[in-house]
Amino acid sequence: MTSYLKLDHIDKTFIRGSAETEVLKDITLGIDKGEFVSMIGHSGCGKTTLLNIVAGLARATNGGVLLEEREVNEPGPDRAVVFQNHSLLPWLTVYDNVRLAVDKVFSATKSRAERRAWTMHNLELVQMAHAKDKRPAEISGGMKQRVGLARALAMEPKVLLLDEPFGALDALTRAHLQDSVMAIHQKLRNTVLMITHDVDEAVLLSDRIVMMTNGPAARIGEVLDVPLARPRRRLEVASSPTYLKCRQRVLEFLYERHRFIEAA
Amino acid sequence: MNMPLMKAEPATVTPATTAKVLPLPPKRPALATRTRMVLGKVAERIVPPVVVIAVALLIWELLCRRAGSTLPPPSRVLTDTWELIVDPFFDRGGLDKGLFWHLSASLQRVAFGYLLACFVGVALGTLVGQSTWAMRGLDPIFQVLRTVPPLAWLPLSLAAFRNGQPSAIFVIFITAIWPIIINTAVGIRNIPQDYRNVAQVLRLNHLEFFWKIMVPSAAPYIFTGLRIGIGLSWLAIVAAEMLIGGVGIGFFIWDAWNSSHISEIILALVYVGVIGFVLDRIVAGISTAVTHGTAAN
Repeated sequence: MTSYLKLDHIDKTFIRGSAETEVLKDITLGIDKGEFVSMIGHSGCGKTTLLNIVAGLARATNGGVLLEEREVNEPGPDRAVVFQNHSLLPWLTVYDNVRLAVDKVFSATKSRAERRAWTMHNLELVQMAHAKDKRPAEISGGMKQRVGLARALAMEPKVLLLDEPFGALDALTRAHLQDSVMAIHQKLRNTVLMITHDVDEAVLLSDRIVMMTNGPAARIGEVLDVPLARPRRRLEVASSPTYLKCRQRVLEFLYERHRFIEAA
Repeated sequence: MNMPLMKAEPATVTPATTAKVLPLPPKRPALATRTRMVLGKVAERIVPPVVVIAVALLIWELLCRRAGSTLPPPSRVLTDTWELIVDPFFDRGGLDKGLFWHLSASLQRVAFGYLLACFVGVALGTLVGQSTWAMRGLDPIFQVLRTVPPLAWLPLSLAAFRNGQPSAIFVIFITAIWPIIINTAVGIRNIPQDYRNVAQVLRLNHLEFFWKIMVPSAAPYIFTGLRIGIGLSWLAIVAAEMLIGGVGIGFFIWDAWNSSHISEIILALVYVGVIGFVLDRIVAGISTAVTHGTAAN
């Protein structure tokens, strides 16, 4: 059976001078349409490198990425990225940041008025329409991340790539944004690949959690299904036995692997 | 029982009316203090330079008043050059023109040379900043050529153009271009990888990348180069004009020296200084207007 997005035997080796560092080894993973998959692992295990390979910003040494059975090896708006540090252009307003993406992706298919409406629609989706004329420097970290999400969503990507999107936020803001992402995923049914190092975030948001072993030469250690019904509510889910069991599994994996690698 | 109540009411009303009046008196001092504060702030800025200039003029006057002093005191400068100051627009044909015409001729040369340097400098700086190959090839040449003094180019450009006007413009161009190239290249090289990633995901083409990412992102650096460039241009024009002759403030100074009109030299120096300052302020003003809000985060 073929998957919507397929990571096919990906190896990544960085060569600096004569020193070779194997970062990723034999990563194979299939993601179905509409699925929300998280990748979790300790920092330095190559999660972001893997996401960059899927985004096309980095090239795999061996293997490749297939989207709808076609190989992708350069960046494009069909795999929109929400970057860890928002990456909004500081000289553009919130509206113009999203509009830049909309203009580029829909220049041929949407009229000027339609593009305007689509930009506003996506800002409303992340509850940022009220700040459309502000510049990134004038809004909070959480709001910047919302705008980054709106920009990615506005490209109508086939796959949404989230690179630790909430990593730099405080716990309350993070929870708010997680709820927003859940609501948007519920509504639009995007295919999502998210990098995270937060166990609760992974369990709460994902259909499946991919656990990475420690680098160098990180591999997929284990894949865990999260059989929680959607829509999920933070408070209800947090006490459910399934949630706790999944959480326990991820923690055990990270904790024991980590020790194992250290001993080796 | 009613009477004391009735009395009590006006009694409470009276303090209320006084209470209404109360806010008014502090308003008048507020206005007065505000104007005093504004005046105070203006004075804070203006008084020190005025005092320093006055003291400097006084020292100069005392030093040069003595008989046999080689330079005229400020009072002599003013009386000697009064005609030039009050009528900068006269034109008696040939080189006998008012200071306005000399300064405008110099400014025109600077404008041509500097604008040319802006376009070529930003273009070359972009190339050097974007392409490692171009940087490795061109950077050594730039590093050597930028140390050549502006006037050293003049004989060579006279030989090439066989005419003073384009030679002077070329000297301005070659003087102003180096800081523009170097700063632009640094600005382009410092574009954060994040913005490049955004551009790649959006699949911006080269032209879109140049206008929408490169220029705004590197603008603060580019304007630093442009500001250094305008200062250097104005420095170079006076020296170049002394050698090429014709109408221009540099030639005016040289001509005044040859005719021993020392006061006229001093007046010209004041004008050159003030115009250099104004040019720098103009470029700085454009810079703040254009780069407003481009600071990261």
